[in-house]
Amino acid sequence: MTSENNQNGEVWVFAEQDNGKLQDVVLELCGRARELADKLGVKVGAVLPGSKVDHLAAALYSHGVDRVYLVDDPRLEFFTSLPYAEAVIRLIRKYAPQIVLYGATPLGRDMAPRIASATRSGLTADCTDLQISDVTDAKTKEVAKDLLLQIRPAFGGNIIATIINPAGWPQMATVREGVMPMKEADPSRSGELFREICDLEDALFGVKVISRCKEEKKVNLKAARIIVAGGGGVGSRENFRLLFDLAGALGGAVGASRAAVDGGYIDHDYQVGQTGTTVRPALYIACGISGAVQHRVGMQDSAKIIAINNDPNAPIFSVAHYGIVGDLNEVIPMMIKAVKERN
Amino acid sequence: MGYHCIVLVKQVPDTANITGDAMKEDGTVNRAALPAIFNPEDIHALEAALEIKDRFGGTVTVITMGPPKAADVLRASLYRGADRAILLTDRRAAGSDTLATSYILSQAVATVENYDFVFCGRQAIDGDTAQVGPQCAEKLGIPQVTYLEKIIDVQGKKATLRRNIGGGWEDVETPLPVLVTVIESANTPRPVSAKRYMKNKYKRVPLEFAPDAPEAAEAEAQGDMLEQWGLDEIHADLQRCGFAGSPTKVFRIQSIVLKKEGFASVEPTEEGIRGLVHELIEDRTLG
Repeated sequence: MTSENNQNGEVWVFAEQDNGKLQDVVLELCGRARELADKLGVKVGAVLPGSKVDHLAAALYSHGVDRVYLVDDPRLEFFTSLPYAEAVIRLIRKYAPQIVLYGATPLGRDMAPRIASATRSGLTADCTDLQISDVTDAKTKEVAKDLLLQIRPAFGGNIIATIINPAGWPQMATVREGVMPMKEADPSRSGELFREICDLEDALFGVKVISRCKEEKKVNLKAARIIVAGGGGVGSRENFRLLFDLAGALGGAVGASRAAVDGGYIDHDYQVGQTGTTVRPALYIACGISGAVQHRVGMQDSAKIIAINNDPNAPIFSVAHYGIVGDLNEVIPMMIKAVKERN
Repeated sequence: MGYHCIVLVKQVPDTANITGDAMKEDGTVNRAALPAIFNPEDIHALEAALEIKDRFGGTVTVITMGPPKAADVLRASLYRGADRAILLTDRRAAGSDTLATSYILSQAVATVENYDFVFCGRQAIDGDTAQVGPQCAEKLGIPQVTYLEKIIDVQGKKATLRRNIGGGWEDVETPLPVLVTVIESANTPRPVSAKRYMKNKYKRVPLEFAPDAPEAAEAEAQGDMLEQWGLDEIHADLQRCGFAGSPTKVFRIQSIVLKKEGFASVEPTEEGIRGLVHELIEDRTLG
């Protein structure tokens, strides 16, 4: 860690795209990058590798980006780790940004560590919040100006860790989709396009994609107004049907905690929480979910939360607006009945 | 002949059962306070290596980094079919973040030499970062294939692998050597073999014996001593290990402050729930 920290460096977002379409998480990150950059008094940059993707710059500008660094190369049509990582590494070396943010997507989680390793910089996975603050070293009392606080839940419960990189810049973090709310686009904003020539060597293209099958996501929890979510307490795949019945009666979607997914009661697509989707519905009904911190960070901003659990001490009750202590197999049918009476 | 697979495995605290008591003041986990298990995805990484050995021939070397007790996961790997097991242990490695850890592991892999595959679990349950695999690949200067779903074929110095891309899959062809991270759906780990268990259950690393214990010499004579390396054996630059080699620092650990505006307890009766539904319709949450 010999590199000097570049206090004037930009705040960057990796502009992940698939098939010429930007990932939502990129635009979410642009909004937060804008706030961080304004606090620091620097510009927001977006690194955009791909093939024929220059049309994506406009969306990046309208979400707060000042400069788009485009790496356009026909060989970058499909993501492979080495050339994508190498393109970003070279741009980091050229421009020395102070912060680089990545979506914690399968692609981001594959590529960002490779970049961190090459640049010997710090990387914090799955942050739920990012802030700028001065930090005083507990021992030396030295003040480090304007560090990026990388905040994430840690170790399975009850704890939030704040990670910093006093040295070893850029400060890098990944953030899950949906964690940062997407700001409204401002189509009147514009920016500068930098066409970067990276001269990526053929040797970087050793891994070849020979076939690919991408399914549209079956479940769109982010768009749901009402979510009925089940946890380990649901107990079985069969019992999950009750949740689908309630969601049907309410016109909502079904979600799940990690315990339910790990238990094999439901597919991962339905998972809410730090390693799944983050949601903010009008109503969230948590059934048999104990409420580990990783789950709570994914749903605690819901407008109304109802918790159903037979354990009165379950942590989920501490974020709920309504708590029902009881057996979900009895409570849910009563709820379905009450809703149907009203309809 | 055949392929040499190195598997990087980790013993992890069982994070399903963590309490605040298990945290030390510096923000690291007090591992001693938790049951230690074989990181779940690493068992699938081991199985992938054993599959290569079964289908295409070769050998499997397992490496773990941790305290002497981490030799448990080495023995567990030998019971399942690993040929060689190495413990990396050194107090100077304490406090390593993912960058320093990947440096140390990659030095160990480079010291073992002559490998075709490096397998590791996608991520460990105590951190869920998924960073160490790709970081090792970068340090070794080899390609990476993450989220392995299936080993399709291996021919000469080339492998065809199916990887999960989140809501889909892709088949890639990669030159060897390659680092592969493995997810749980990739395979079904084989059970411990009784024969291999009997053969390996007395294997120990030197640090598992008291200093100058006669049992150590006996184990050595019986061929029951496992390899144990420190940072010197892998020619590690100490500036890149432990706290010194870790750019990320834990600044603060907080218990979560829960936010909400009010809480109403609802009786689990038809009447109670009817009242709740009525209230939600009144405030336009429903309908």
